[in-house]
Amino acid sequence: MIVPEYKILVDKELCINCRRCVFECSFGAHVYDEKKKKIVRLHEKCVGCFRCVATCPTKAIEIIRNPMLFDRHHTWKARYIRDIKIQANSGSVILTATGTDYDYPSIFDRLLIDACQVTNPPIDPLREPMETRVYIGRKPDVIDVDFNGEKVKLKTKIGPYIVAETPIMIAHMSYGALSLEAHKALAMAAKECGTYMGTGEGGLHKSLYPYADHIIVQVASGRFGVTEEYLKVGAAIEIKIGQGAKPGIGGHLPGSKVTKEISETRMIPEGTDALSPAPHHDIYSIEDLARLIAALKEATRYKKPVFVKIAAVHNVAAIAVGIANAGADAIVIDGLRGGTGATPQIMRDHVGIPIEFAIASVDRRLRQEKIRNQVSIIASGGIRCAADVVKAIALGADAVYIGTAALIALGCTVCKRCYTGKCAWGIATQDPRLRKRLNPEEGARRVANLIKAWTHEIKEVMGALGINSIESLRGNRDRLRAVGLTDAELRVLGVKVAGD
Amino acid sequence: MCGIAGIFNRYGKPIQGTEIIKMLNAMYNRYDGRGAGFAAYGIYPEYKEYYALHIYVENEESKESVEEYLKGCVDIIKDDKIPTRNVKEIPKKYITWKYFVKPPENIKNEEDYMIDVVMYINDYIDGAFVASSGKNMGVFKAVGYPWHVAKLFKIESYKAYCWLGHGRFPTNTPGWWGGAHPFNILNWSVVHNGEISSYGTNKRYVEMYGYKCRLLTDTEVVAYLFDLLYRKHKLPLELVCKILAPPFWKHIDKMPENERELYSALRVVYGAAMLNGPFAIIVSNGEFMVGLNDRIKLRPLVAARDEEHTYIASEEAAIKEIVSNPDYVYAPIAGEPVIAKLEKEVLVELLGVKK
Ligand code: SF4
Ligand code: SF4
Repeated sequence: MIVPEYKILVDKELCINCRRCVFECSFGAHVYDEKKKKIVRLHEKCVGCFRCVATCPTKAIEIIRNPMLFDRHHTWKARYIRDIKIQANSGSVILTATGTDYDYPSIFDRLLIDACQVTNPPIDPLREPMETRVYIGRKPDVIDVDFNGEKVKLKTKIGPYIVAETPIMIAHMSYGALSLEAHKALAMAAKECGTYMGTGEGGLHKSLYPYADHIIVQVASGRFGVTEEYLKVGAAIEIKIGQGAKPGIGGHLPGSKVTKEISETRMIPEGTDALSPAPHHDIYSIEDLARLIAALKEATRYKKPVFVKIAAVHNVAAIAVGIANAGADAIVIDGLRGGTGATPQIMRDHVGIPIEFAIASVDRRLRQEKIRNQVSIIASGGIRCAADVVKAIALGADAVYIGTAALIALGCTVCKRCYTGKCAWGIATQDPRLRKRLNPEEGARRVANLIKAWTHEIKEVMGALGINSIESLRGNRDRLRAVGLTDAELRVLGVKVAGD
Repeated sequence: MCGIAGIFNRYGKPIQGTEIIKMLNAMYNRYDGRGAGFAAYGIYPEYKEYYALHIYVENEESKESVEEYLKGCVDIIKDDKIPTRNVKEIPKKYITWKYFVKPPENIKNEEDYMIDVVMYINDYIDGAFVASSGKNMGVFKAVGYPWHVAKLFKIESYKAYCWLGHGRFPTNTPGWWGGAHPFNILNWSVVHNGEISSYGTNKRYVEMYGYKCRLLTDTEVVAYLFDLLYRKHKLPLELVCKILAPPFWKHIDKMPENERELYSALRVVYGAAMLNGPFAIIVSNGEFMVGLNDRIKLRPLVAARDEEHTYIASEEAAIKEIVSNPDYVYAPIAGEPVIAKLEKEVLVELLGVKK
């Protein structure tokens, strides 16, 4: 017996038998029994997405975690027993989505931010300018100028780089994994906030071209939707090598999600599985990566910065150095907690390292190699709040990507069923009936609100730190202190313990 | 809170030490007696082609280690005691000695070599630190009030064409002789009032270029930034100031295209060199003296000019104390540097530099 994860509780007194829940639940947990003329609840089908709770007109429904899922045994916790049963039934890999829900200690939660008192005044962000503009891309170490005693002329050509008005960018999530409505909402929000959204590996739908100056186009191992036009239309190009939720493996978009429009954007036949191989079949070494970077730059006439995204794995610092030397203009590091639309659970939960350590060691190593200026660092994977952004930047990142947080703003309830294509909120689905539930304009407004709210919070913290420009926060580990970390962890982070 | 002051004769003519003492004394309530110091340029004309190392040691043993090390890496042309007198308010702790040295021929970069020598002494020789290492200049500093430190080092007897002075009210780092200002490396001297909130970022930036921040003060990073940007990256002084205290983006965005391109480039490339937090600094390398405030002017700074001199101080009172009628007194706006340069002819004569 597989113990259901959730229990659907319905208040009989409130329920008016309107069958709205039957209509709303895309997972088939509320079913109308024609014979008995009543709604039956199939607890085992419920994924806890709260769609029925939110839409029930009389607020009669409550979803609770099944109390039977308690840990009877310290070693044989309920989650292991459940997984074993599932696999004994199916004989297959367990699929899941979002980022890991294992309780690895959060390093962000062990870091505390400094503030000014007396000796250096805090700055009021509502009265004084507070700059959050970041520039992502390659920078020279030195500027060369002509100076005749009066006029200065810039001789060095800088860039290409992209300018974002906030260090918060929206992570790559593909059209295909996401609905067109979700993609559009994110693109609109990025433009509204003066920041960027990533296409993910599924190409860019033609209807989103008006937002392309705020879009980073991705080239992944499946090469879906990669055309010359696609490369040229975006603000920057990102080569995806790996991803925090599933380092070292490829991707799989089931044929059921490959609708006509998606097949056109991805340039694959309708209804076929879209398989991204684990490696790029033209990248088996760092030299090969250098060649692809060069080819993409050549194809775009050296006008677009090229980013390379990797999962934070054990040797991330050395890999980052290789990537920088291969010519990348920015390195995206996706940490252990990075999300996804579909991944084998074992990869999501057990592979990679936390983003906090990855940022710290990559930043340090790039400095040791004296190439920190040459590449920007974008951190992603499990950024949950503005404080995480501040800490990531203080550890050494130039900017962050948010994925799950942006989806939550759109309506996602982190039910972890994106891979089913049945997302009841119209986000991770291609079902026209479900897609209608997401209004792109409304979604864009909510995501933009989130980014603006976090940016305000970042400014508050900067003001308290007495810093009026975000570049003075970058790598400023002096303004962080740690609680409850070991000496070895402190050494990797380059952060002192609280009180020191 | 600290008090800073500087006087610069643009024709390279000597100014008696009493002047800078008077300036600092006028701001007597800005200090708590935990550090003061002076930088004087033009005080060793007979040895002007040699690096004048002011080295402070705790005891004879440290002095011997210093000398043994110096003999191994430079020619000591002359060495002597830095004259001092007994001041009861400063229970003496250091032996102060000056060495005029010449680095070996055929090294790749003399200045980088000398920086290494200085860093070695600071890092590895117990009980010794290098107070200054420029040519034809020296730094005198100790724990005490400015008037006591001046008395200790007989500052009134020196004549310099550029003086920087500092009195401390330390808030962030312990008061010890090495922590007093001016902070110096080669010809660079810095006096600083304020706190650098971006220190962690700046420090890690200069460390990438081989500088080591060791003196437990955020001021040394300012000197390294000047050395890196002005000497190594060869940027004009005006631009160096615009890197340290850059205009806001909202102003840059409105500039005419050429300027916008230049200022954007400075921020994009040198963002990590920006000094953030409240500061007023006076910096000199002997060729010029520059006073600079943070971008929102969170520390006071007043400047004045007369025919030959430029004066900079935390308070106008300090300037009024020594010139009753300067031609032009003003409070520079946030981020606008006050720059005084040696006249060209003097530059060649005094420093032997051709620009
Ligand atoms: S899956 Fe969602 S909509 Fe269906 S019963 Fe559970 S919470 Fe309600
Ligand atoms: S996107 Fe949809 S399916 Fe995926 S976790 Fe969120 S609510 Fe569930």
